[in-house]
Amino acid sequence: MGIVGYGVYVPIWRIKVDEIARVWGHDPNVYREGLGVEEKSVPSIDEDTVTIAVEAARNALKRAPEVSPNSIGAIYVGSESHPYAVKPTAATVAEAIGATPSLTAADTEFACKAATAALQACLGLVSSGYIDYGMSIGADTAQASPMDALEYTAAAGGAAYIIGRREVIAEVECTYSYTQDVPDFWRRDGDVYPRHAGRFTGEPGYFEHVVKCTLGLMEKAGLKPSDFDYAVFHQPNAKYPLRAATMIGIPLDKVKPGLVVQWIGNTYSGSSLIGLAAILDIAKPGQRILMTSYGSGAGSDSFSLLVTDVIEEKRRLAPPVRYYLDRRKYIDYAAYIKLRRMFKGVEY
Amino acid sequence: MSMLGIPSHWRRRKERYRLIGSKCEACGKVFFPRREICPNCRRRGRVIDVELPGRGKVYSYTVIRVPSEGFEYYAPYIIAIVELENGVRVMSQIVDCNPEDVYIGMPVEVCFRRIFSQGDKGIISYGFKFKPLDDSWIRCYEEEAKISVSEMKV
Amino acid sequence: MEFPLYKKRDVAIVGVGTSKFGERWDKSLRELAWEAAVPAVEDAGIQGRDIQLVIFGNMSGGLFAGQEHVGALIADFLGLNPTPAIRVEAACASGGVALFQGYLAVASGLYDIVAVGGIEKMTDAPPDRATLALAGAMDSEWEAYFGATFPGLYALIAQRYMHEYKLSRETLAEVAVKNHYHGSMNPLAHFQFKTTVERVISSPLVADPLRRDDCCPISDGAACMILVPAEKARRYTDTPIYIKACTVASDKLALFEREDITTLRATIEASREAYRIAKLSPADIDVIEVHDCFTIAEIIALEDLGFVRKGDAGRLYEEGETYVGGRLPVNTDGGLKAGGHAVGATGVKQVIELVKQLRGEAEKGRQVSNAEYGLAQNVGGSGATVVVTIVGR
Repeated sequence: MGIVGYGVYVPIWRIKVDEIARVWGHDPNVYREGLGVEEKSVPSIDEDTVTIAVEAARNALKRAPEVSPNSIGAIYVGSESHPYAVKPTAATVAEAIGATPSLTAADTEFACKAATAALQACLGLVSSGYIDYGMSIGADTAQASPMDALEYTAAAGGAAYIIGRREVIAEVECTYSYTQDVPDFWRRDGDVYPRHAGRFTGEPGYFEHVVKCTLGLMEKAGLKPSDFDYAVFHQPNAKYPLRAATMIGIPLDKVKPGLVVQWIGNTYSGSSLIGLAAILDIAKPGQRILMTSYGSGAGSDSFSLLVTDVIEEKRRLAPPVRYYLDRRKYIDYAAYIKLRRMFKGVEY
Repeated sequence: MSMLGIPSHWRRRKERYRLIGSKCEACGKVFFPRREICPNCRRRGRVIDVELPGRGKVYSYTVIRVPSEGFEYYAPYIIAIVELENGVRVMSQIVDCNPEDVYIGMPVEVCFRRIFSQGDKGIISYGFKFKPLDDSWIRCYEEEAKISVSEMKV
Repeated sequence: MEFPLYKKRDVAIVGVGTSKFGERWDKSLRELAWEAAVPAVEDAGIQGRDIQLVIFGNMSGGLFAGQEHVGALIADFLGLNPTPAIRVEAACASGGVALFQGYLAVASGLYDIVAVGGIEKMTDAPPDRATLALAGAMDSEWEAYFGATFPGLYALIAQRYMHEYKLSRETLAEVAVKNHYHGSMNPLAHFQFKTTVERVISSPLVADPLRRDDCCPISDGAACMILVPAEKARRYTDTPIYIKACTVASDKLALFEREDITTLRATIEASREAYRIAKLSPADIDVIEVHDCFTIAEIIALEDLGFVRKGDAGRLYEEGETYVGGRLPVNTDGGLKAGGHAVGATGVKQVIELVKQLRGEAEKGRQVSNAEYGLAQNVGGSGATVVVTIVGR
């Protein structure tokens, strides 16, 4: 049992770190070097988490042509930027891909790991035989406060994964999670932008959970770093995943092929899943992939995946992550404000 | 648009999300929008739902610079009549494209986008739009050395 | 489409009246009606109480002025209670279908004196409300829903037409230039200024390729005619003008559903039928009023009405043939572009201009000499309804 189809979607627009720095009078190199990020994706004026989720889901279905939409028994969408506080993104996605009405659906929230938690729920539903196929989508059109460091990385994008038993392209060998109550990054209901606790988000947040969770997975599965060919970590910037890898003892060139944040920024709930997709685009049958997500609040979900020989023919049925990274058009800060609807008192 | 109430949006959602039209099994004609009655056969027809192909060409287009109420924030936007692969025509917007780059005959493919929302407190309406067709990603798999993202240059 | 015409009798127009078209801040809907009805009644030499039936075209009293039940409003404020008064609607062809209904009432033998008219009060609404109301003439679920506007629909037509046939941006602008030239001599027209090709093609874009000066204005206005049986016409006037034919045809509501968007099939159907009933051909027509809501509409109208072959209308404009004095005078009152387009009133206003031309009562610079037959084409929306009326002396 494992992944039978995967798909990603990233909007076409990009804004460079230089352009954001120009507006605030920051030194762009501080952010470029400190975060390892060049530019981030910006959703178009008519895109949101729902539209991104639908595009990713449609791409996942393209890679799983044997899955008819109405055989999908569960759809979950994890995001921090659902357009509605109450009205599920998952229902619209289900309608848009033709999976209605016989399915369960819900939106999940756990900061950037909302979708990997839902992925585990799908694993449970499928392995117990309750459903034939389950889909988990992580998508976000992240907002960050202007002038804040997070503005350089809060981006838009999504990835969808279909879990099933047949025609599996990557077996889920094992999953392990690590969850604690940590106030590193949050947003109160009704507040426009999230807040964070600065440097506190590092050690007690990201590293505590990503490292402990990965080590926990390896112990549970009886695996060592050398058993993995690739490792994907949640990517809030390009530095954290590399540091986590070092702390765990995973060589950096197993991590670099899945690092996309430099080109599209942090897609929040889509982050680790888009990174995983970048690996699935190139992995060979028999290779083993480690993925550990991270969600502030805080927790991590870790997975060990074994690629099958079905992957070669299935992955070419939809655009690879590389296509979405290549496909880009640049905008300036004024257009960015317009696309992100940052005006006050305007009827949108 | 803002004249159309919530029940109307709900009623049309499948057609707008999935580009569903009709086919008359009696005369074979395919049409959009979905109809209860075949315009050719009327009561003698047998109409069923069909999902239309997502690819087509621009039959005609224009750039709306004086928008209608509710679309002010999106202006200027491109409205086009797209002729789908099976000959059926639909109307929608062309997105992810500069107005100067649209031309009659341009190949396009369908995408799922927000059409409009009733302010920031009302419901959001989604539907199909079209973007320029781009099959270039197929080449990513044909290349001998599959370049991973970390090897990309700016 | 051939109807077995069982007409009891012919119909004549014996009185006409038109309000000044424009931004009539000074008048509400109910007062505008008076401005057209009084001259019509006086022209026919009748009293208001002689009128047996009132039919008025009005597209959108509700959305423009918050007023429905326009038939009742007009009967009341023209002091005509308890005379029946009915409002009919076919978007921008509301006036034309009002005339059609009045014609049916008299031709059938059921009524002897009928007042037909059209009225629209558009400027009470803010401009984007007006655009929204006009959008009701297109398919609300599949055209307006995606953000299409009226200029947008006609721009799609223009774009395709210019792709398929040779029509330059300058030639298209000549349509507006000519209509403003005629309008400058018509005191009732919305605009009296003349314009140039240069000015038209440098006006701001509304929906590529159409610019502001390709588009008719938003106008208030009213128009009214008195119809009587032809055999009784001479009791009312020395110059009765007879309705030789009045036909209506329909087509798909949404532009994208039509086979060829550069042709209005409803124009072809309605005009073919009108020529057949009137036993006339395009060559017999001396003066034409077409529905130039946008410049491109005038171009395709002349082709669909059979005056020139498809793709050839541009040449008429390059050669100045559609001016008064030319081979084929078109929109001698300024059309919709300069004369104004008070939506519901336009169809009636067009026929009134033909009546004036046939009577020799138009202002000097724009009077066609010796006009015997006139044809008016009134279009609803992007062509889903077309009314064609042929009148003669």
